[in-house]
Amino acid sequence: MPKLLPLLEDVVKKPVWDCRMCGQCVLHSTGMTCPMTCPKTLRNGPCGGVREDGNCEVKPEMRCIWVKAEERSHSPLNPHLWEEEFNDLRPPVDNRLKGTSSWLNLATGRDRRTPAGWQGVARERHSAVPGASMVEIDEPTMLPEGFHS
Amino acid sequence: MSRLSTLIEEGTRPVVTAEFPSIDGGGLAAVEKAADELRPFVDAVNATDNPAAHAHASNTSIAIAMSQFGLEPIMQVVCRDKNRIAMQADIMGASLFGIENVACLTGDDVTAGDEPEARRVFDLDSTQLVKVASGLAEGYYLSGRAIKAPPNLFVGAVENPFAPPLDYRVLRALKKAEAGARFLQLQIGYYPERLEAFVRGCVDAGVTRTTALLPTVVLTKSAKALSFMDESVPGISIPANMIARVAGAGDKDAIAEESYQLTLELSRHALSLRGVSGIHLTDFRHDGSLERLVRDLGIGPAFDPVATATGTTSGTTSV
Repeated sequence: MPKLLPLLEDVVKKPVWDCRMCGQCVLHSTGMTCPMTCPKTLRNGPCGGVREDGNCEVKPEMRCIWVKAEERSHSPLNPHLWEEEFNDLRPPVDNRLKGTSSWLNLATGRDRRTPAGWQGVARERHSAVPGASMVEIDEPTMLPEGFHS
Repeated sequence: MSRLSTLIEEGTRPVVTAEFPSIDGGGLAAVEKAADELRPFVDAVNATDNPAAHAHASNTSIAIAMSQFGLEPIMQVVCRDKNRIAMQADIMGASLFGIENVACLTGDDVTAGDEPEARRVFDLDSTQLVKVASGLAEGYYLSGRAIKAPPNLFVGAVENPFAPPLDYRVLRALKKAEAGARFLQLQIGYYPERLEAFVRGCVDAGVTRTTALLPTVVLTKSAKALSFMDESVPGISIPANMIARVAGAGDKDAIAEESYQLTLELSRHALSLRGVSGIHLTDFRHDGSLERLVRDLGIGPAFDPVATATGTTSGTTSV
């Protein structure tokens, strides 16, 4: 199932929203307009380069996706709650989720996991080891989880 | 505390910032020469980050060099060329040299530059970068890893009140303010009524309670320069009647003078708005017009009566 799900999601969302399978879908909060189709993949609103006619700086023939998103967010078809969420500060993309199913990530809460610094807290270092927060990393075995090179 | 942040917080006079010219070789002497020209007239200057997607001497190196020559830098960081690790490293690295002012920008797309085949990064967007940079000053990287002796940072950003969706720009400014932006340099603009609506919106929305607004004006000397910006610079549009006014002024000198007068008018208008804390100058003339402008406006360390009375002139802080 975990392998079939991304395939199914892609088949459904690609034709309708030009979905890029970022794995952390925010469509509902962006007027059902995918921010990953912005050439700069901006998730928090339009850049300063939008043309006078409302088209994209990078692709002059394309309407700025944020101009579109802003209009659509006010559509009577858009639920009020979603319209409010338009102004939310969306966190940086977790690039590890690319190609995975956002449906599954929504169900598991994985798509809402953000780094500690984004939540405004400093992480306790090596908190599993008593007193270790005082110790500097000076040997490979003390490298944090996720160190691979 | 950077001088810029102190001046903005005190709010006793409008601050003047400017754009530093791009440096391509010539050693530190090239930086010194440009710094000498600007220093008497401005409070802080933007060390740009590969503007218009053209490679130049880097933001960090120029910011550090500027500060060595007694000019306070505002280090621009654009999201186009580097991922989140590199951008945090640049801000932390520059802070070792005392660089405190950081302006977070999305950045023009690579297709605006002379290397359109380059890979665009945009790992963070500008609003996210504001929050990440603010976190560094609070003592942690984005990962949450603690910074024992966090840098002093004065974080800001840029907003464009003149580009669609116009109604949304105030909310975007608010989002950046809430993410930690303490100043917003505004994009070059030739629609005074749009600036007015934006600034009023920012005052009403509470943006200006935490965040200083600095509109930008440009010194140009030909109608061609205006047409170029109108047609070729992303996000800048200039009303046809303004270009016609400059173009129809007469001979070359008359056109240059009319261009100056237009800039002076736009500057006076911007500074008259409640909620505006100062002005940002971009000089494409390099003929002494920047000095003339700050003198005519009576602003900046050299010509503001408040500045000269309280001793905040650059003469007292630079060697």
